[in-house]
Amino acid sequence: MHAMPKKHAFFLLAVLALGVPQAAADPARIVAAGGVVTETIHALGEANRLVGVDSTSLYPADALQRLPNIGYVRALSAEGVLSLRPDLVLAIDGAGPPDVLALIRQSGIPVQLLTEEPSEAGVLARIRTIGAIVGQKAAADSLADRIAGDFARLAQDRARISRHKRVLFVLSMQNGRVMVAGRNSSAAAMIGLAGGINAVDTLEGFKPVSDEGIIAAAPDVIVMMQRGDHAVAAADLFAHPAFRLTPAAADRALITMDGLYLLGFGPRTAEAARDLMSRLYSSTTRPRAEAVPRP
Amino acid sequence: MNGDVVRSILESGQSGSGRTGLVAFLRTALYRRSMIWAALGSAMLAGLFVLSLFKGAVALPAGSLFNLLGGLIGDGNLPDTREALILANIRLPRTLLAMLVGAALAVSGAILQGLFRNPLADPGLIGVSAGAALAAGITIVFGETLLAPAFGRMPYAILPLGAFLGGLGSTLVLYRIATRAGRTSIATMMLAGVALGALSGAMSGFLAYLSDDRQLRDLTFWALGSFSGASWTKLAAVAPAMVAILVVAPFLARGLDALALGEAEAYHLGLPVQRVKAAAILITAVAVGTSVAVAGMIGFVGLVVPHVLRLLLGASHRLLLPFSAMGGAVLLLGADIVARLVVAPAELPIGILTAAIGAPFFLWLLLRRQARPFE
Repeated sequence: MHAMPKKHAFFLLAVLALGVPQAAADPARIVAAGGVVTETIHALGEANRLVGVDSTSLYPADALQRLPNIGYVRALSAEGVLSLRPDLVLAIDGAGPPDVLALIRQSGIPVQLLTEEPSEAGVLARIRTIGAIVGQKAAADSLADRIAGDFARLAQDRARISRHKRVLFVLSMQNGRVMVAGRNSSAAAMIGLAGGINAVDTLEGFKPVSDEGIIAAAPDVIVMMQRGDHAVAAADLFAHPAFRLTPAAADRALITMDGLYLLGFGPRTAEAARDLMSRLYSSTTRPRAEAVPRP
Repeated sequence: MNGDVVRSILESGQSGSGRTGLVAFLRTALYRRSMIWAALGSAMLAGLFVLSLFKGAVALPAGSLFNLLGGLIGDGNLPDTREALILANIRLPRTLLAMLVGAALAVSGAILQGLFRNPLADPGLIGVSAGAALAAGITIVFGETLLAPAFGRMPYAILPLGAFLGGLGSTLVLYRIATRAGRTSIATMMLAGVALGALSGAMSGFLAYLSDDRQLRDLTFWALGSFSGASWTKLAAVAPAMVAILVVAPFLARGLDALALGEAEAYHLGLPVQRVKAAAILITAVAVGTSVAVAGMIGFVGLVVPHVLRLLLGASHRLLLPFSAMGGAVLLLGADIVARLVVAPAELPIGILTAAIGAPFFLWLLLRRQARPFE
């Protein structure tokens, strides 16, 4: 930016469009906003470029302990982000608020947004985009190709499934009020990848469902995010009057998996889908001890 | 009834012009006390203003900030450095916005408590927060889909504009409901306000049901308020209306003092009761509507600041309105500084802090004054 005219200089700073700053050629200080961004940068071996992550960056598990926390991805602080002296803010599409992102851009720091689409294509696109940004194009391509291969094998295995199970993803059970995954949710996409049928297709996104809605959905298997003890979760779940009447209750079919692993649609997506598939279609759905790969 | 109020009304009523009342007032102990508090409040506000410019997630050396400010005041020129950008684009508009919103909310609270003669009156009673919340909820849940084509390339403007128009619109509806034959019934307005609030609460609940988990978090954060997106653009959009309101509000003081005696009594004192009511409602609706539009819902400021000041200075609106502006600015600016610093580089929603800072102080004042309870 050039010298400002004398009067109202600081006002003009804000009002004039200064143009969207372009991403630095080789950003050395990146702030990641979105768990999937943090995870992908780690997967590409470029974690040393990170100077801050948002509160949804739960993988690798120590990311938030090692790096400053910039808060929830939708409630960022402009000065907070700038205080980390980034040369690039790499964020998921939904990061915000938008006026905070605008302030960061006005201060000359480029903000690059990434698609959040929960799909095979979305996973590969995110890896390739981030790879190009951090100068790891070759590594990103080979990682993406490997994951694409995993997805292809997953598709072959899906085609061999004779009876697709009805799977219900339960996000939460507060006070007996059950939130499940409907159509067009990340959980529905994951269930599809793993060869299941999302049991609730009448709702959109994550929604509360009635007890009779659960019974009508007739899930063969329930999937939940891992919180605490699996046995306790199963006991709670199948004590619920509605879940007790589902086919899942008969063989106590509950699968618990780490939330970001299952729904993050990062580099571990194919692995997570494979994991879910094998647990859906093994003779037993008891959890394996190493359900969540730890770094 | 507070003796100061009665005295000031009687004096201004007798003199016919209010001038004699003012002269008498200047000789009172209350005047001396209020001057002490004015000096104290100004000092606090000035201190917080400087602190707010000098402290933030980015550690900037004070010396260079002094130089920048000197340059800014001297010839309006700023170098193109990171420090200058943070000071001029982030901290300065944010500081000014926090002060203005705090002043506007506290003055609104004082006016409404006077108008409704109810210590618990807040903007909810005139429908403005309910309407703003509903409109904001609609823009949060549908802004990215249904409303986006209509606004095209101005997505940031949808929420503030929606909140402002929603707040003003619902106040207008409420005013029409409560006004019969040119006379606004305060009691009807209060009851209708409760009903309208419940209705918009129901619709907001339905929006929460429709929202995805992310929009739900947006709704929650919005309801706690924040200045994190403060910019010159936002300030320029709301400052003219807010400044105008802060200038006009003190002229309501005599009317509100008279209304404290009762509507009939005020009428017999020669007060244009209906005009005072309409002006008070319009002023608070615009003040709260613009505040909510730029900062979301910030509770507690409008409720507690006037009460604290009543405990310190008595119930006369002549002092209460200007002091509320100052007190609101102090509370909100102080809260915003804490919000920015305490979890940096992240930040807390400011609604948490206004209550966390204001409530204990209010309780302490109540306990201290227990021997001489007000009202």
